[in-house]
Amino acid sequence: MSIFATLKLALRALWRNKVRSLLTMLGIVFGIGAVIAMVAGGQGAQAAVKEVFQSLGTNVLVVSNNSMRQGGPSQGAGGGAALTWEDLRRLEQESLPTVRYIAPVLETRTQLVSEGGNWATSVSGTTATWFKIRNWDVEQGASFDEDTGNSNAKVAVIGKTVAAQLFPNENPIGQVIRISGQPYEVLGVLTSKGQGPRGDNDDTVIIPLNAYKQKLSRDGGAKYLKGQILVSMMEDDQAETTMQKLTELLRDWHKLDAKDDDDFRIRNPAEFAKAQQDSTERIATLLAIVAAVSLFVGGIGVMNIMLVSVIERTREIGIRMAVGAKPVDVMTQFLVESLALAAVGGLLGLGLGYVSAQYMADYFGWKMFFPATTAAVAFAVAGGVGVVFGLYPAIRASQLDPITALRYET
Amino acid sequence: MPPLIEMRAIERTYVMGDNLVRALRGVDLTIEQGASIAIMGTSGSGKSTLMNIMGCLDQPTKGNYLLHGRDVARLSRAQLADVRGRMIGFVFQSFNLLSRTSALENVEMPLMYQGVGAGERHRRAMAALERVNLKGREDHHPNQLSGGQQQRVAIARALVTEAPVIMADEPTGNLDTKTSYEVMAILQGIVAQGKTVILVTHESDIAAYAQRVITLRDGLIIDDRKQTPLTPPPPEKHDQEAA
Ligand SMILES: Nc1ncnc2c1ncn2[C@@H]1O[C@H](COP(=O)(O)OP(=O)(O)OP(=O)(O)O)[C@@H](O)[C@H]1O
Ligand SMILES: [Mg+2]
Repeated sequence: MSIFATLKLALRALWRNKVRSLLTMLGIVFGIGAVIAMVAGGQGAQAAVKEVFQSLGTNVLVVSNNSMRQGGPSQGAGGGAALTWEDLRRLEQESLPTVRYIAPVLETRTQLVSEGGNWATSVSGTTATWFKIRNWDVEQGASFDEDTGNSNAKVAVIGKTVAAQLFPNENPIGQVIRISGQPYEVLGVLTSKGQGPRGDNDDTVIIPLNAYKQKLSRDGGAKYLKGQILVSMMEDDQAETTMQKLTELLRDWHKLDAKDDDDFRIRNPAEFAKAQQDSTERIATLLAIVAAVSLFVGGIGVMNIMLVSVIERTREIGIRMAVGAKPVDVMTQFLVESLALAAVGGLLGLGLGYVSAQYMADYFGWKMFFPATTAAVAFAVAGGVGVVFGLYPAIRASQLDPITALRYET
Repeated sequence: MPPLIEMRAIERTYVMGDNLVRALRGVDLTIEQGASIAIMGTSGSGKSTLMNIMGCLDQPTKGNYLLHGRDVARLSRAQLADVRGRMIGFVFQSFNLLSRTSALENVEMPLMYQGVGAGERHRRAMAALERVNLKGREDHHPNQLSGGQQQRVAIARALVTEAPVIMADEPTGNLDTKTSYEVMAILQGIVAQGKTVILVTHESDIAAYAQRVITLRDGLIIDDRKQTPLTPPPPEKHDQEAA
C-alpha cells in the first residue's frame, strides 16, 4: 500500500475522532512546548549569568584582605587589614610576566549631594588603570588620565544610575557633586553595564585614588591598604599561575610561616562565574528533564489512545486482513496514525515552546533563544515518541487473527 | 493443472478451557475450477469452519490443504494475506463493510493492498459496482444503503480483484427472499464467467442454484452430489432502482 494512501487513511481516522485526537495531541504539545521553553529558558538564563560576570572584567584576580580575620584577635593597627601600600608598590616593581595591569581600589558607601538631588551610593578611589582592567569606557565626557588618576584632583566619573538620580534633567558634565561634603567636578559618565553580581553596576562613583585617601580614608591611607588590588593578566589561562605567584610573594612579604594561614585573599571572579553558570545549567537540565518526563507522559497518552483505537477497530482490521492486508500493512496503518498524531502535536508544541520562550525572555529580561537545532531535535523526538509509543498498539493490531477479528463484537 | 482446492483429512479442533470442540473431524474434498458449490448442514456442523480454512483465514489443526497445488500450511501470515487478496473474494453474512466509508472506497480497498494506483483503482471499482447494479450509489455510506445493496457492495468488493474464487458464508442469511434472488443471480453470473463460487447456506432453495451440494454433519461430509442448478427469477425491473 502506498505511503500516501496510508497517510490519507491515518489522517481520516484521526479526523473522525477530532476531540479525542486533539486531547491526545495536547500531551505532546505541552511536552514539546515545555522542552523547548525550558531549553531556550536555560540558555537565556545562562547567557544572562555570563553577562553579569563579564561586567566584572573577565581576566582579573581580586586581591583583598582576608575578611575572616576582621574583628578577630589579630586585629592590629590595620583594623583587620594586612595588605599594605608597600605590597602594592613592590608588586608593581616586580612586573610579573603574566601580569598586565594592577590597580588598587578603595571603596565606601556615602551620601552624594548635588544641586538637584541626594543619593547614597558606593564611591571608589582608584587610578586610571582601573578603567582598563574593568574595560569600562565613558559614554559622555572623559575618564581620568594617568596624571589625574594619581593626583588628588577633586574630580569624579559617575555611573549612569547616579547620573540619572543626581542630574535627571541636566547634562552632568562639569557639574559639582558633594561627596562627604567635598565638592567634586563631574568629568564623565560611564557606559551602562547593567546588573552585576553585587547589583547595579551603574550605581557608582569613581574618584582619583589620592583624593579618596585624603578625603574619605579615616587614617589617610597611611600604611594599610583597606581595599582591593585588581590584577589583570596577559592571557586567559594565566589565572592559576598568577594566583600562585601572588600568594608566594605576599606570604613572603608578610613574613608568614608555613603553618600560618594566608592573611589575604585572592579571588578569581571568572571561577565564580563558572560556578554560577554550572548551577544555572544544573537547574536548566533539571527543568529540561521534567519537561522530558511530561513529553513521556504525552507519549503514554498516545499509546493509550492507540490501544483503544485498535480495540475499537478490531472488526475493521479483520475485514482488511480478509481482503489481503498483510500484518505489515496493518502495522503501518496504525503506526502512521500515531506518528501523524505526534507530528502534528510536535508542530503545535514548537509554536507553544516558541511563544513561552519569548514570554519568559521578556519577563526575565533575557535574550530570546530559539535554537534551530533544539527545535529540530524536539520535532524529531515528537516523531520518535509517536513511533515508539505507537509501536506496541500497532504490533498488537498486526498480530490479530483474521477470524477472531472478524467475529469481534463491538 | 492441479485442482483448485484439495483437502485431505482436514481436522479443526478448538480448545475451550478443558473441552475440545472438534469442528471438523477429517474432511476430504476436491473442488475443480469453474464450479458453483453449496455447502449445507445444520447449525454447528462446521460449515463456516471449513470455509474459513478454504479461504486461508484459518489453519487446520491436522491434515493437508493444497490451494492451486500450494501447501497452505507452509505459508507465512503475510503470504496467506497475499493469497487471500489475489485468489479469493469473501462475501459475509453480515456484509462486513467499513462503516463511514463510501461504497466506492469499500470496493477499492482490496486493490490498495495490491498496490494498484489510484486511477486504475477508481476505474476498476466503478466497473465492479456497475456489475452489481449499483451505479450511482458509489458515494453512499453503508448506513445509507439497504441490506441487499450493502451485500452487493460486498460482492463488488469480492469481484474487483478478479480473484478466481468467491467464497460466501450465508450471503443471503440477512436478506429477504426477493433480495436473496438478486444476490443469487449476480453470483450465478459470476460462475458463468468461469469463476468458482463456494457458498455456505442452510437453506435448500438457495443451494438449488449450485451445481454441486456438499452436506456436513458434525464435522464430516455426509453427502456430496452434483445437480442441475436452478436459475433465479429475473429481478423485477421496478425494484432495481428505487434510489
Ligand atoms: N472460535 C471458536 N472457538 C470455539 N469453538 C468454535 C469456534 N468457532 C466454531 N466453534 C465450534 O465449532 C463448531 C462448528 O462451528 P461452525 O461455525 O463452523 O458451524 P456452522 O456450521 O457454520 O454453524 P452455523 O450454521 O450456525 O453458522 C461449533 O460447535 C462451534 O461451537
Ligand atoms: Mg456458520
